[in-house]
Amino acid sequence: MVAVTPETGQDRALAAAFEAAVAADERVEPRDWMPEEYRASLVRQMAQHAHSEIIGMQPEANWITRAPSLRRKAILMAKVQDEAGHGLYLYSAAETLGTSRDELLDKLHSGRQKYSSIFNYPTLTWADVGAIGWLVDGAAITNQVPLCRCSYGPYARAMVRICKEESFHQRQGYELLLALSKGTEAQHAMAQDAVDRWWWPSLMMFGPPDDESAHSAQSMAWRIKRHSNDELRQRFVDIAVPQSEALGLTLPDPDIRWNEERGHYDFGAIDWTEFWEVLKGNGPCNEQRITQRRRAHEEGAWVREAAAAHAEKQARAHAEAPAQADADAAADADADAHAQQHEEARV
Amino acid sequence: MTQNWPLWEVFVRSRRGLSHTHAGSLHAPDAEMALRNARDLYTRRNEGVSIWVVPSAQITASSPDERDPFFAPAADKPYRHPTFYEIPEGVRHL
Ligand SMILES: [Fe+2]
Ligand SMILES: [Fe+2]
Repeated sequence: MVAVTPETGQDRALAAAFEAAVAADERVEPRDWMPEEYRASLVRQMAQHAHSEIIGMQPEANWITRAPSLRRKAILMAKVQDEAGHGLYLYSAAETLGTSRDELLDKLHSGRQKYSSIFNYPTLTWADVGAIGWLVDGAAITNQVPLCRCSYGPYARAMVRICKEESFHQRQGYELLLALSKGTEAQHAMAQDAVDRWWWPSLMMFGPPDDESAHSAQSMAWRIKRHSNDELRQRFVDIAVPQSEALGLTLPDPDIRWNEERGHYDFGAIDWTEFWEVLKGNGPCNEQRITQRRRAHEEGAWVREAAAAHAEKQARAHAEAPAQADADAAADADADAHAQQHEEARV
Repeated sequence: MTQNWPLWEVFVRSRRGLSHTHAGSLHAPDAEMALRNARDLYTRRNEGVSIWVVPSAQITASSPDERDPFFAPAADKPYRHPTFYEIPEGVRHL
């Protein structure tokens, strides 16, 4: 690892080269020199992002066994499986910065790294699955699309893959809500109730207002982020309002109205005390989510151990077999083996 | 623990006729599990017809510096490119 502050002439040159590359919109790759603060900032953000993907599996998985049809069940399983995949893309991208998977999981389990506060809210009804897909995945997409151009190559590449998969998440949620909204009176009310509960927390997903956001300015200078929290939040509101109208559902904010002058929807003030409370660990499900995650990790330990033991046994068997083969192998047989290996590599 | 599980680089051929390209990486205890995990992680939507997994530790890489003298020999040989040559106007198929 390289010095934090560029003290020598060589370090200064490296820092200047880094700044120039970022300013020219070039991508930073794992083995490039980078300021220690840039590395730490990326690890923090990518870890939090990865943790959010896997913790986010919980509130939705809660409804898999109670999905109202086989179609909805298959869709929900595919979505939750995607979120596991997103977590894995991001963990391996974070690992390119010199942190290990175990360290990341350990920090999640011990609360030293965070995940998105949105997942500390409960999923009370089936309609919540729809509201999450439409609003939570929708907000995530708004956040994530600009991250596809993040200055750190592995993060940007992971985001491209994730964004491709996210649009199905949002659409299935919207379709689900639409079906409920057009259904019986009780179904419509259930959909409305879910939207009422998820709307404000979704707006909070963009993080605190720009003037209170601790990391925003530096992240933007480093081109990790491309837009401010408030800018992205506004973008999301502008997209969501007409979508809610098409759903036949209302948003729980009497201040929402089109502002001709700004060319945007105005919306009401967000209750940030709630946000900070949930962030501090006082949300409805903080305890439950982390306990469940730890339990899953502990209960899966025997699988990881068995797989490692099997791999070791196989490797030992492999190491012994060629020794015997060598004894009676002629040079031409060796050549054959090489050719075959080559073939195998080409399948 | 995953400490014992090495990191693998995953290469996916998206369809016949194309070469394998790097998709990402994953942890797995052995090559066989790495292949299975790679299938679940990188080809959930028919993104591939073939997968390679390579232990990350087995990859030898050049230095990441773009100004690396390693690549210098190619820099001063513009005559390796067709645009280096002047051809009279009107001459075709060349
Ligand atoms: Fe996701
Ligand atoms: Fe998603």
